[in-house]
This record gives sequence, C-alpha cells and structure tokens, in this order.
Amino acid sequence: MMEALIQTDLASVLTNEETAAIDAELEHVPYKSGAAIDALKIVQSKRGWISDECLTAISKHLEMSVDELEGIATFYNLIYRKPVGEKVILFCDSVSCWICGCEDAKEKVSKVLNIGYGETTADNKYTLLPVPCLGACDRAPVMMVGDELITNLDDAKIEATFSQSLLSEDY
Amino acid sequence: MERVLTRNIADDPIPINLATYEANEGYEGLKKALTDLSPEDCESIVKDSKLRGRGGAGFPTGMKWSFVPKGDACTPGHKYLVCNADEMEPGTFKDRLLMEFDPHQLIEGMILSAYTLGADIAYIFIRGEYVVSIERLREAIAECYEKNYLGKNILGSEFSLEMYVHPSAGRYICGEETALINALEGKRANPRAKPPFPQVSGLWGRPTIVNNVETLCNIPHIIHRGADWFRTLGRGEDSGTKLFGVSGKVKNPGCWELPMGTPVREIIEDCAGGMLPGLKLKGFLPGGGSTDFLTSDHLDLAMDYNVIGAAGSRMGTGTMIILDDQTCPVGMVLNLIRFFAQESCGFCTPCRDGLPWTRQVLEDIYNGRGRKEDLETLAYQVKYIGGIGNTHCALAPGAMEPLQSALKYFYSDFEKLIERNSGQQQNVARGQ
Repeated sequence: MMEALIQTDLASVLTNEETAAIDAELEHVPYKSGAAIDALKIVQSKRGWISDECLTAISKHLEMSVDELEGIATFYNLIYRKPVGEKVILFCDSVSCWICGCEDAKEKVSKVLNIGYGETTADNKYTLLPVPCLGACDRAPVMMVGDELITNLDDAKIEATFSQSLLSEDY
Repeated sequence: MERVLTRNIADDPIPINLATYEANEGYEGLKKALTDLSPEDCESIVKDSKLRGRGGAGFPTGMKWSFVPKGDACTPGHKYLVCNADEMEPGTFKDRLLMEFDPHQLIEGMILSAYTLGADIAYIFIRGEYVVSIERLREAIAECYEKNYLGKNILGSEFSLEMYVHPSAGRYICGEETALINALEGKRANPRAKPPFPQVSGLWGRPTIVNNVETLCNIPHIIHRGADWFRTLGRGEDSGTKLFGVSGKVKNPGCWELPMGTPVREIIEDCAGGMLPGLKLKGFLPGGGSTDFLTSDHLDLAMDYNVIGAAGSRMGTGTMIILDDQTCPVGMVLNLIRFFAQESCGFCTPCRDGLPWTRQVLEDIYNGRGRKEDLETLAYQVKYIGGIGNTHCALAPGAMEPLQSALKYFYSDFEKLIERNSGQQQNVARGQ
C-alpha cells in the first residue's frame, strides 16, 4: 500500500505533456530504457535541469533502476543534474580557442558576470560551463550563450553580449 | 577547380531550400539510382570511386559497406544507416558548414547510401550544440517527406526509408562509432569491443553503417557523375575533393574545398594567407587534435592519406591547427591532454588512469615544477597509453599522437621549461 502511494506520487512529478512526449519516443525503441537519454532531454527542456525527483520518476516510467539512469544522466555533459540559470554559457576551452586567447576571454566573462565555471549569476540569468571544441575554430575564441553562437570574442564583444546584465542592479 | 561539396555554398553563404538544391542537379543522383541502378551497381560505383571516409580514419567507404550482410545473407529485420554528425574533434569545423548551408546534399547522400545498403531507417546523430544545423536538417527532411524523397515507396520504387535527426546529449566519445551506437540506444557512450563490427551487429544488434557527414555528402555526386569523374578530381593518389581548414594565428582562418592531394603550403599560405605579422609557423596538427605534429619541413607534402601517414602523422579530419613560434608547444599539448583526459569514457584503465597522470606531469612541467625524469615518464606513457590494443577504442592512442610528436620536434621546449625550475624546487617531492 505504502509503496503504491509512493509510486503514484513519483509518477505525478512528470506532467502529462512530458509523459506523452516520452511515450512517443518509446515507439522507436525495442525496450523502454532505450529512450533514457531522450526522456532526460524532454524533461530538461521544460525544467532546465534534472532534479532527483524527476530522475526517480523517469526511471520508474522507463522501468529501469534509478542508479542506472543516474549513470546515464551524469555521463552526458549537456544533461544538468544541478539547477542552471536561464541561459547556459558553453565556453569553448579547446585547442584553437586556447591558441587564440580563450583564457583571457574566460577571465573577462567571469569578471563581467562575477561567476566561475559551474556557477550561476545572482540574478539566475547565466550559468558558466566549459565545453569541448564548438566547431567554429576559424572564428576563435567562441562561446554559446543559450542557443546563440558568439564568435571572435574580445572584451568589447563580451561586454556587449552581457550588457543587459551589467545594467541590472546586481552588477 | 570545380567545387563539388560546396557548389551550393558561396563565400558568403546562405542556407538553401529544396527548390534551390533541385535547380542545381539536386536529387538527380537519387532519380538515376532508383530508375537505372541496382543497390549492387551503386556499391560498385562507390568502391570504384576509391572514396575514403572523411571522419578521420580514411577507411575506404565501399569496403566498409561491403561488410554489411545483404539479401539472403541478412536475417529479416531493420538495417540502419547512421550519419556521424558529432563533430567534436578539437580544431574541426567542416561538417557544420555542410549541414548549415546545404542540408539536402547530406540527406540525398544518406538516401542513396541507405538504398545501396538496404537500410530502412536512418539517423543523423548530431551534437546538441549545433542548433542551427539541427533546425535546417529537420526542415529539409520535412521537405523530402512532402516530395516523397523520404517515406514509403520513394518515387514509386520498392525502396522505403524513414529518417530522424537525433541531437546528442554531449561527450566527445560519441564520435567513436560503437560509442555512438550505445548513445543511440540510450546508454552510456562506452565504446564496444570489436568484433562484432557494427556492419554485422550494431544498433539494437542489427547491421548498421556509421559514416561521417562529409563522406555521405560525396555520394550523390559519385552516383550522378560516376567513379571515373570522381577519381580525376584529386591531385595525387586519393580521389575527390576535401574540405580543408586552418585555425590558429593565421591571417585568414577558414575552411575551403580543395582537391585531395593539395600541398599543405597552398592551404596555409594561399587560402589562410600565412601567419599573422611577426609570427612564424613552428608546427601544425594536420587534421585535428588527435594527429601528430608536423613542422615547416613538411609544408610541401600533399594532403593525401598515405603521404601524411608516411610523414608520421595522419590526415585526420583535414582541418589543421597551427602552432606559431610564440605559443608554447607544451601548453598546447597540455590543453589537448586535458581535453582527452576529461573526455575519456572511463572504461579502459590506460585511458581512465593514464591520461590524468599525463596531464599531471605536463601541468607540472608547464607550471615550473617539472623534473628531468618527467621526460622519461612521458615517453613511458606514450608507449603504454598509446599502444594500439591496450584500449577498446582509439581515444587514448589518439591523445598520445600530439604528445609523442611534440617530444620529437619540440623536445628542447620541454627541457627549457624544466631547466627554469630552480634547484630548490627540484628537491621537493611533488605535491608538498
């Protein structure tokens, strides 16, 4: 009885919309755990990150153990197991960007937003993360802010990108 | 020279839709194949073309395809074609161009490849950060379903194909084909032991072919215009054209389509405009972060798989990273090893434990804590971490390529950093 109650509660963590989207993915896979990464992405797309409650609910829905799903969730760098800001900054620190001065550019970003890698701004707008080569090496250094690729980074460009945040009272 | 892969991509490119693609002989290869050519015909044309895989390894595409069981040799069920669009090799930026600005070329290549292999389901496994490519590919696929280039009984033939774009959740290792298949199956992307090879037992245990974006983009042209034409495009022994790129401190970094066999010097000096003022070329990685350094002595080599191989490196992805004389080679190698140590999937011991050890030694040298015996340690690591067969996949051996060649060509740079270390520091045990 108790177990049934807990299961009901966990299932209710996911919205009907999320459950429907995950079920649509199940049509393409021969067994439910095959949709694990898709399910994580679906839930993250609405909520920004994967909480423990969501992880447990997804694992129940896909009939796999929480540990197995956790092993998958933490393997992939674009699945976030901690809360992130409204936009994630993916800052390229790979070789061509390094040659072209990405360390200075990263310091500038950190200074402007007052955050280091893995941190979120006080206004919850941005989370800064390093990312492997973004495939725009002819325009290095580069970063992504949300879905937008920003290239040829220098102080002026970084300031312009985050000017809204600079104007807010927190900075 | 005739542009093939970038014929629809101008110097200041705009993305093209189906009508524009069709107006420039688009889907002519597909129409020709479905009316005049059997899958066997298509396979022998691709074999005769001597096309080699553009993802880095340079394996002959026709030979790879020949390992897929066909006809009665294949048990009933799905066969899969997967496009590897997980472009994440450091310094590589060619597939992005092809997908953002001419998505139909890739899709036609995939339809033709699936027809040849008898595949009925195709995936484009693409890195999640390529948001523009993902959107344009999805639009292009929708256009194809409307025109019956995809779906059931394509253009009235017996051949049917479903195609999906599958954005990845990250990690460099997904570019390794068996790791990619595990990721498609919703698992951790650990590479699989081979055999069995994916051609026989891949996605969900079914025959699966994984090909790079640029490789597949060549297929429509090879089918439409023939193997003989394709072989004449190269300047040296390899056939076709290739996207070559240059990044680093050059005047005009970029990506250009050139004949296979174009000399390195032409790419760096004519296309990329040479070094920025005041800088000299000290070395270069010919095809991404996991290829061996070459130096200014190698500028007249042709960019052909075997020529670059004979010089002790690999053509890899054909996108070069330039080391200038004012950038520290040890720092550059440290950046690469840091990347590979981070991106190890953690399955095989030499990779999981060895690469962080290498990173530690390089950090010590780079930060003025190096000791003479560190150079012996690095040589030892190159031997055992880089040994082929010590790991399931090529990540660790690839990681050792820039290190072993840096030790060969830039040994004195390592020594200078170590000598700068004071006598006092040398007597202090590391970590104290």
